[in-house]
Amino acid sequence: MDSATALDWRRQIHPLLKEAGIAQVAYVPDAGHTALIEACHADPDMRAIVLSNEAEGMGVLAGAWLGGQRGAMLMQSSGVGNCINALSLVQICRFPFLALVTMRGEWGEFNGWQVPMGQGAEAALKGAGVIVQRCDRSEDVAPTVDAALALAFDSEVAVAVLLSQRLIGRKKF
Amino acid sequence: MPMNRRDAVARLLENRGELLVVSGLGSPTYDVAAAGDDPRNFYLWGAMGAASLIGLGLALAQPRKRVLVVTGDGELLMNLGGLATIAVQQPANLAIAVLDNERYGETGMQKSHTAHGVDLAAIAKGAGFPIAETVADLAALDRLVPTLRGVAGPILAVLKIDTAEAPRVLPSRDGVEIKNRFRRALGV
Repeated sequence: MDSATALDWRRQIHPLLKEAGIAQVAYVPDAGHTALIEACHADPDMRAIVLSNEAEGMGVLAGAWLGGQRGAMLMQSSGVGNCINALSLVQICRFPFLALVTMRGEWGEFNGWQVPMGQGAEAALKGAGVIVQRCDRSEDVAPTVDAALALAFDSEVAVAVLLSQRLIGRKKF
Repeated sequence: MPMNRRDAVARLLENRGELLVVSGLGSPTYDVAAAGDDPRNFYLWGAMGAASLIGLGLALAQPRKRVLVVTGDGELLMNLGGLATIAVQQPANLAIAVLDNERYGETGMQKSHTAHGVDLAAIAKGAGFPIAETVADLAALDRLVPTLRGVAGPILAVLKIDTAEAPRVLPSRDGVEIKNRFRRALGV
């Protein structure tokens, strides 16, 4: 890893997922996850699974765990609301669960339609029994994802890491 | 003549061997339990719409084992997009059997979309399932069972069943125990 790569949080997540043995990566695309999604697709040890709706991810990752594999979920904040009832599966069966959520609707958002779900995402996740950890600075991403992987799979709980819009950068049109 | 649901599920699971089974909430969970409790059964009591996706994740994690999802028309309808997600992955070892009574059975037998002509097998075909069929009687189901057990999928089978309610056979509702029992049976 050269120094430019090491400094780019977008390139730091895939090696952590790989090291933690993540074999299935379920995602609904987001611009903030572009590099990570490409890295997961390119990795022969990972199965990248495109979803039509975030709720599908709780089922896929529960099935992966039943079959002895670890999975993780990539999504954006606008998909949090789609997950709520499906998260009951995670909570009642105590499936380990990790979602990396790129945020919209908070830092210089130009599209007001993103604001309600973005502002409600953390409370909605907590209400559905998910532990929420937030990253606002690039240097926090790798340690936070690393710790969230341990928390999710060692303690068998549900964890969401919110990658803030300030971190990702304002969306420009 | 639509099938009796318990007869249909008994045929699906007869001599199941190492078949891994996921059942959708409501009557399909009771039907799978009635056919005989097994540690390789993962019973859903909620999370409507999740059954076929759990089957996907499980089939990808255990490619050498056969996975059968037994669910209802309403449960599948809640997450129709999941058929597209499954079709993209093409898990060869996954089959989904939809017990289609054209009703939402747990909530008062209101008509579901399939009562109005929605064709779930055609939707699965359109998504990219190599095999998707509708069967209306036990003789046709008997012919299909070897396909569900052994032919490369993903496969969707719509089983037309009658609206008779069967006596409830309730498996454990302890999700943690059902999950851990399943993993122990697989040795994972």
